Amino acid sequence: MAATVRLQREPFDAASEVDKLRRGRGDIGAVVTFTGICRSDETGAPLLAMTLEHYPGMAEAEIARHVEAAERRWPLLGVAVIHRYGRIVPGEDIVLVVTAAAHRQDAFAAAEFLMDYLKTRAPFWKQIEFAGDGRTDAKMWVDAKQSDDALADRWTASSGRRAAE
Amino acid sequence: MKLRYFAWVRERIGKPEEEIELPAGITTVADLVAWLSQRGEEYAHAFENPKVIRAAIDRAHVRADAAILGAHEIAFFPPMTGG
Repeated sequence: MAATVRLQREPFDAASEVDKLRRGRGDIGAVVTFTGICRSDETGAPLLAMTLEHYPGMAEAEIARHVEAAERRWPLLGVAVIHRYGRIVPGEDIVLVVTAAAHRQDAFAAAEFLMDYLKTRAPFWKQIEFAGDGRTDAKMWVDAKQSDDALADRWTASSGRRAAE
Repeated sequence: MKLRYFAWVRERIGKPEEEIELPAGITTVADLVAWLSQRGEEYAHAFENPKVIRAAIDRAHVRADAAILGAHEIAFFPPMTGG
């Protein structure tokens, strides 16, 4: 199966990634595309930018491990994961997940699985910059959310749910 | 052995990486964290709450009780916030 895992500083083009996955294929019946975008506010404060730090080498390996896990779990016909790093301003894309399958259920589930794991297991850290007022630190590391851990946990066998694919 | 630090762990320690000679008796990730914590204020600050610190050995996630024998590169970082 064709799998693309890429980390890059530059913006990506979601449409061309989808096109690369499905071009010339008659077996693909469903493509799910998820794009994560930098919002313009975080906890109500206007955001100037976000900087994504990553662990080169491990980030690619960790994403590839989860792509392989998704392939074992669902009959996928193509996967692309692109994650940006560096400074990203509101409105810009951060991450792209594309999954292709014969049927939509597999494509939807695999895309959600990959995103849940990217959030909690891929070695990336977001630091956000606020429009500083001079009084407070205008940069802040984003705290991990327990709700993201819970979303990732639901895919593991011990949680019982959704484990029987 | 190479140690690497990321995000606020890196900022608190004040460097992205360093080479160390592993002292005798340090066999697990948790041992290493405890030993590092005693190396100075910056380390004590970075590792003040060991429960939130995540670790990787040779670019794969490990738990605090993981053995570090034979590791080439050990990384410490906060919980991840990608995606």
